[in-house]
Amino acid sequence: MELVGRTTGCFRWMQTNLFSTPLNTMLTLISIWIIYISVPPVFQWAFLNADWVGNSREDCTKEGACWVYIGFWFKQIMYGRYPETEVWRINISYLLLVGSLVPLLIPRFKYKGFVTIFLLFVYPVISYFLFIGDSFGLLLVETPLWGGLFLTLVISLVGIVASLPIGILLALGRRSKMPIVRALSIGFIEIWRGVPLITVLFMSSVMFPLFLPEGMNFDKLIRALVGVMFFSSAYMAEVVRGGLQAIPKGQIEAAEALGMNYWNTMFLIVMPQALKMVIPGIVNSFIALFKDTTLVLTIGLFDLLGTIQIIGTNAEWLGFHIEGYVFTAFIFWIFCFGMSRYSMHLEKKLHTGH
Amino acid sequence: MPKQTEVQKPNQMPTTDDCMIQLNGVHKWFDDFHVLKDINLTVNRGERIVICGPSGSGKSTLIRCINHLEEHQKGQIFVEGTELTGDLKHVEQIRREVGMVFQQFNLFPHLTILDNLTLAPIWVRKMPKKEAEDLAMKYLERVKIPEQAKKYPGQLSGGQQQRVAIARSLCMNPKIMLFDEPTSALDPEMIKEVLDAMIELAHEGMTMLCVTHEMGFAKTVANRVIFMDEGQIIEEKEPIEFFNNPQNDRTKLFLSQILAH
Repeated sequence: MELVGRTTGCFRWMQTNLFSTPLNTMLTLISIWIIYISVPPVFQWAFLNADWVGNSREDCTKEGACWVYIGFWFKQIMYGRYPETEVWRINISYLLLVGSLVPLLIPRFKYKGFVTIFLLFVYPVISYFLFIGDSFGLLLVETPLWGGLFLTLVISLVGIVASLPIGILLALGRRSKMPIVRALSIGFIEIWRGVPLITVLFMSSVMFPLFLPEGMNFDKLIRALVGVMFFSSAYMAEVVRGGLQAIPKGQIEAAEALGMNYWNTMFLIVMPQALKMVIPGIVNSFIALFKDTTLVLTIGLFDLLGTIQIIGTNAEWLGFHIEGYVFTAFIFWIFCFGMSRYSMHLEKKLHTGH
Repeated sequence: MPKQTEVQKPNQMPTTDDCMIQLNGVHKWFDDFHVLKDINLTVNRGERIVICGPSGSGKSTLIRCINHLEEHQKGQIFVEGTELTGDLKHVEQIRREVGMVFQQFNLFPHLTILDNLTLAPIWVRKMPKKEAEDLAMKYLERVKIPEQAKKYPGQLSGGQQQRVAIARSLCMNPKIMLFDEPTSALDPEMIKEVLDAMIELAHEGMTMLCVTHEMGFAKTVANRVIFMDEGQIIEEKEPIEFFNNPQNDRTKLFLSQILAH
């Protein structure tokens, strides 16, 4: 098909990309038709015919989505059954987290090491006391009351932050020349990878207490957290090991020839290169973990999805399942897409020099 | 296939202080392949030894045994009087005194040139950062590329990278420098700059053990030229004798092949 008309601009782009060959033209027309029959109805349902403002079921008058439903249950969706008067503690923790992350994103900030140490060691302790309470004059809020997006974030952040260092150690252990270390690492990885997460959660919740002596009891959330941590560490170990295998042997030889010991070689030379190479794999694991946290519903913990499910059974608000699931999907998508975009940014930034 | 190194007997230890490297009856196997057969070699302080031979003769393996990148199964290797065994502490101690330059440069691509040079002094010799950086700049000037300090290895040419590799080894102040075919991966026009750096090093009295095909270099600075074939040292002579009057037939064959062009 001859290209006529102006040489630049939107029209030319369309000619080159959408209508350049008969096949392309046909595909373009079919795509336009598909968009025409699917997008406007969804847009109408979600925005034009939707109810946005209101306090109760009676305010859901239009045929579209009733976002009043989400607005009404917003506190539960965000915090679960956490007492409303204590929600400020969670919010302080969120602010602290975001406030500490911001300096890390500024390129020229000089004290990134201190902020990182704070985030890894001090912040979890502060958050623990804020969430649980029962000290410093704060009211005790036990873990069965934690829920909604708050619980999802707690489980995924603990899993994500723990899985990387444990995974790195397991990957190094698996490649070690010491037979016992290697056997233990392989054993750990294969056991925790070989069992579905739902089974891990089940066993941690139901079977594990059977092995404990009388009277000793671990909080159910802690058991679930340990299960999630070990499960994702096993996956992370294999991702990291892939990166380690790609590092040329000459790098290690050069480091050894300079007299560097094993740990110096690993953490100054090999790991920076290996981890950079497997950023896609690592972020993939993080995103999968974030979504896998929904499985805790099976052991009676009510994360974001679990809370939406529970709300859906409320007698006064029957029939709004679609709004609930669409909203949940939207929240998950925001977090996962955010992680994905940050990973792209990180990869671009780390490409400096080579 | 023997797997242990023999027990060190006192009367086999090197007797003079000047002896930097001593190999006694060294054998090595890669699985069933006998790659080093009864190697006996002495290198004294300030000597420059060039090892040449056809590929597969074991020359690289030989020098890699000296800093324990390869492990020998039989015989003894002494570096500066310390025996090389599996003992990690001895190995690390020896590696601090022995520098190595590789055919593939093996610079650390994620660090700047300056960081490449200061890494080992800071982490192994526990030098303060400023002192390490001054040291690094001194050696970068020695190899004539101080302006590249802030660049990354990927931005340098092969000849520059190899000179950086030499400077990196020198920053650890080694007593012995091992060169494993340092110019074999370089374009011809860059070979000279690297050889010049090595010749300068030789004139300063560094003990050097060099596996190379650059016979011009051997003629210029070597005290001895060693010819290896199939894991054995066939001939070991001073350069003039070696090139003009080779005794062994295999040496003659090899020389005729490489000096043909």
